[in-house]
Formats: sequence, C-alpha cells, structure tokens
Amino acid sequence: MAIKSRRYEEAKLEASTNLELYWWVFMRISGVVLVFLLIGHMWMNAILTDLNTINYDYVAKRLSQTTWKLYDLLILALGLLHGANGLRYVLDDWIRDPMKRFWTKAVLYSLIAFLFLLGSLSLLNHDFGVK
Amino acid sequence: MQVTLKILRFDPQKDQRPHWETYQVEAEPWDRVLDLLHKVKWDQDGTLAFRRSCGHGICGSDAMLINGKNRLACKTLVKDLGSVITVEPIRGLPVEKDLIVDMEPFFAAYRAVKPYLINDEPPPQRERLQSPEERERFDQGTKCILCASCTTSCPVFWVNGTYIGPAAIVQAHRFLFDSRDRGKRERFKALGSGSGVWRCRTAYNCTEACPREIPVTQLIEEVKRAILMDRF
Repeated sequence: MAIKSRRYEEAKLEASTNLELYWWVFMRISGVVLVFLLIGHMWMNAILTDLNTINYDYVAKRLSQTTWKLYDLLILALGLLHGANGLRYVLDDWIRDPMKRFWTKAVLYSLIAFLFLLGSLSLLNHDFGVK
Repeated sequence: MQVTLKILRFDPQKDQRPHWETYQVEAEPWDRVLDLLHKVKWDQDGTLAFRRSCGHGICGSDAMLINGKNRLACKTLVKDLGSVITVEPIRGLPVEKDLIVDMEPFFAAYRAVKPYLINDEPPPQRERLQSPEERERFDQGTKCILCASCTTSCPVFWVNGTYIGPAAIVQAHRFLFDSRDRGKRERFKALGSGSGVWRCRTAYNCTEACPREIPVTQLIEEVKRAILMDRF
C-alpha cells in the first residue's frame, strides 16, 4: 500500500491501534458484569443479612475466604478501571488545553493506582486474625 | 418585512476578537438568509466576507451558525426564523474573516478515510456489477455535500479538533458498505484510532445539523459496529 499522507496531522489520523476499540468493548462488558457483582454484593450484605449485625468480625470472617477476596477484588478492579476510563473520556471531552489535560490525567491515573494498591493490600495482605 | 440581522464579524487585520454588528434589512418572508447577506454586502457594507457558490444547497459552501443552529444560508428562509436573525461562522475551525473559516482540518480528516473506491482485483470485462439492494446500502452517505455542518456542530470536535468528525465518518461509511470496495482495513486505521469513531458520544447534533437529512449518528454507529465485527 502506498503511503498517501503528506503531513504529520494526516499521518497521525491514519496511524492507529485497536486500543480504543478494546476499551469500548471493555466498558460495555465491565458495566454489565459490575451491575451483577454489585447487586450480588448488596443482596448478600443488606438483604440476606441484617445490616445492623454487620461488624468487624463478620467482615473479617468473610474476607478471610478466598472466594470473597476474589469477588471483592473483581469489584475493586472493574469498578476502578471502568470509572477511570469513563473519567478519561470526560476529560478528553472537556479539557481543551493539552498540558492541563495531560496533568489532570496524570493525577487521575496516579489516584486510581493508589486506590487499587490500597484496596488490594487490605483485601489480600491484611491479617484479619480469624483462625 | 424589516429584519434585524446580527452578524459576528472578524477582520484579522483590525480586530483582536470577533464582534457583533447589526444591520437592518428589508426582506420578503420567502427570502433566504443568503439573500440577506447579499443585501448587506451589496448595499450596506462591501467588506462583509462569506463563502457561497451555487446558492441552491448543493455545493456546500455557505454553512453557517444561523440562530444557534448549523444550516446552509441558501436553504434557510426568513419566514422560518423571525425578524431577528443571528449569523455566526461555523464553530471549531479557525476563522479567517467574518463568516469564512479555514476548512483545511476538515478536509485533512476527509482525506484520512480515503474517500475513493479501493479495489485491487483485476477489473471485469465490463463494469463491476451491483444489485439495487447493494446500492441502497450506502445510499445515505452519497447525499453528503461536505458542507461541514455536522462536523462543526459536534461538541467533541469543538474541544481540541483531534476528532475525525462526523462528515469524514459518513464518507467512510459510503465506501465501507459499498459491495465493490475492498479498502476496509485501510479505512479502519483512521476510523479506529483514538481520534476516530470511538470519540463519538452520540450527541446527535450532527444529525440535527445535516441539511441533506442524512441520519449521521446512525451511520457512525454502523461504522463502529463494522469495526467491532471485523475484530471479533
């Protein structure tokens, strides 16, 4: 195929990966999965159990089981990624200045990484003291 | 009837920024906005600059923001607007003078989707045949006159101008869904990139703005689906 772009802008318009397509698909799938994960979460913790009986022991017991660790980790990861990508879309749409956009995104991504680290640390590495 | 015509004017040699100027024009209800602009330019202020060619809604030269909506000045009648009419240049492209904008970014996006038939197969004895149904499939896109009404009404395009824009996607659609075309993958490069179809937020401004009544947003969604189906 002959190269037809004459200027940098045109070359940029024509160069591409499928990354945005994958994000688009991810948003749809993670959105649907999150709905069921969160309904399940609320069902188990607010309807099957009385909210007032939930205390540290209850949570500690639940989170010492691998299944619930994974369940909550999935909510954490999908929620953060879905939310962060949604915010990325919003920032792309609303911040006109390229430098401001860059730095706002940098702060957003750092915050997401920090929240994921914090969340997964408490999920996976915390000793809940349940034998 | 007497019409108050407010035009957003800008002279790069004199002005720092665009400013409004008001003209009183005698008009008939069935006059077009283009006629009013002519009256101003011919009788009141010859420095008014705007672009027009055929004056019959085919060349796509006189797209403007009229009473807050992108339309063709030659297809918009005074009776549908009332006695106060505002005219501004289309948004998102650099203004050169008054109502004339630099269309180059718009046409760069147009070129990026390769708006011509791509088919390297040896041509048949006579023409490449197509059934009426196959022709119908891409009929909407053929109506486009490249006036830029859709692209310059798109809020995503206004932000930083990196979005390829609805018009280019409509042009791509016209060839993607043509049974004779084989250039799908080449076009997907421009359409699937970060500045391509995935930036569309379905605001529907383009569909409302199109003077040729092309269902632009629907065509964009069809292109999204085509890329998706091609990949998965």
